Amino acid sequence: MTSAERKQFDVLVVGAGPAGIAAATRAAECGAHVAVVDDNPALGGQIWRGGVAGAGTSQAQGWMRRFLSAAPRLFSGTRVIGQQEPGVVLAEERDIQRTLRYRTLVLATGARERFLPFPGWTLPNVMGAGGLQALVKSGLPIRGKRVVVAGTGPLLLAVAAYLRQHGAEIPLVCEQASWSRLLDFGFSLLAHPGKIAQGLKLKLELGSTPFAANCWPLAAQGSGHLESIVVLRNGEKQEIPCDYVACGFHLVPNNELAALLGCELRGGFVAVDDFQRTTLPFVYCAGEPTGIGGVDLALIEGEIAGLTAAGDEITARALFARRRKLQKFVATLVRAFAPREELKTVPSQETIVCRCEDVPLSRIGVHAIARAAKLHTRCGMGPCQGRVCGPALEFLFSWEAGSVRPPVFPARIKSLSGREPEPELESDKTTGGIR
Amino acid sequence: MSEQITLTVNGLPVSVPRGTTVAVAVLLAGAVCRHSVTDEPRAPLCGMGICYECRVKIDGVAHCRGCQTLCEHGMNVRTDD
Repeated sequence: MTSAERKQFDVLVVGAGPAGIAAATRAAECGAHVAVVDDNPALGGQIWRGGVAGAGTSQAQGWMRRFLSAAPRLFSGTRVIGQQEPGVVLAEERDIQRTLRYRTLVLATGARERFLPFPGWTLPNVMGAGGLQALVKSGLPIRGKRVVVAGTGPLLLAVAAYLRQHGAEIPLVCEQASWSRLLDFGFSLLAHPGKIAQGLKLKLELGSTPFAANCWPLAAQGSGHLESIVVLRNGEKQEIPCDYVACGFHLVPNNELAALLGCELRGGFVAVDDFQRTTLPFVYCAGEPTGIGGVDLALIEGEIAGLTAAGDEITARALFARRRKLQKFVATLVRAFAPREELKTVPSQETIVCRCEDVPLSRIGVHAIARAAKLHTRCGMGPCQGRVCGPALEFLFSWEAGSVRPPVFPARIKSLSGREPEPELESDKTTGGIR
Repeated sequence: MSEQITLTVNGLPVSVPRGTTVAVAVLLAGAVCRHSVTDEPRAPLCGMGICYECRVKIDGVAHCRGCQTLCEHGMNVRTDD
């Protein structure tokens, strides 16, 4: 049954990961009327995804408790699809269309994994690293399964440790970065004692899990289903039988909504000032869309955005010093986990790059710019709207991301109308009505 | 023990603990989520609502992302098998 709600909020937060939770909590604690819109079924975003197992770190539990006691309005399973006019966004929850009005908007839309194509990466059971972790948190049994974890970034070790804790066998963790990059990264952590403690805890959880640097996937193999993965390890090919491949190449920001609204992007990230204000009036941004910096930075950016959005700039300002320290970590991550040039030669001409439209590399490479490839091949025109292939094309061809057009996610036509639906008839309620 | 939810995937009953997503129920039923435009079998990639590889029909509504939808009693899930 269709129903629509019109709501007016002082602060509307998009995203209920760490940045969104911190922003909404701080703003609500200031007395503002706050709402949070989040696509996931439950609070926490990706890093604090609870799912069946529930729980999470004490940091996560602390913030979630504080969020619940500040009690902003939470719209879970709801995604913002566009803006009707400044101050009014359209959102969709299954078949409910919502028109949400705000005085200030905080974008805390997080990040997703960067996927780089390799032969066989479209086989079932080849998933993102965070992707497989999310599915295990959502109930997928992993005990006794062999999972090769591959790609780049600190997430790989966290995922390997998590899967191992849940009974998976990890034949190998393949990190494409060189040992020298990893050592630089290790030394730079000396400035962040908290992160060293996290690292040591990971090391304990990982136990004897084999780890290889200078190692990346060449091909996933199997007829109809995954049977093995071939990796290049210190220049030599190695085939590893496995049930799953968990592969991601660090993270890219979810900045499509910010781009759609008209916020300025710099180097692919949402440009913000000291108070996390974007270049648009009354629109703030916090967390990964402003630079991939991890949960601690996301939290403090969220706090600053939420406080400022609710009018408490003095308390926000007191957090600047802590944020500055954590921001140094952003550049460190970029340096350590930039994908190496050799990864550009991994996909073959037949390798599918755009999974929505099944466009192989051979059909894309003949074009000079992303727009031409899109117009001629439909690359990036499927339901993911280029969120998967876009960052791959950016890496493979140094192409800039295309423009973002509304709706920012595929939406039902009735959600786009932004119109109040007909009032629900009493008789519809009893008969189930007609859609 | 957490509560078990029973739903059907392509007509076959599947029981999962409450909190399990539809994408996981499809995998447990041994099905793939969809076939691509060149007829390749596809299953979840991103696990977080971005890639749409896990889209299935839920209670007659097409193009629902299985990874962002929690299983409910009596839910009728159909892949394009």
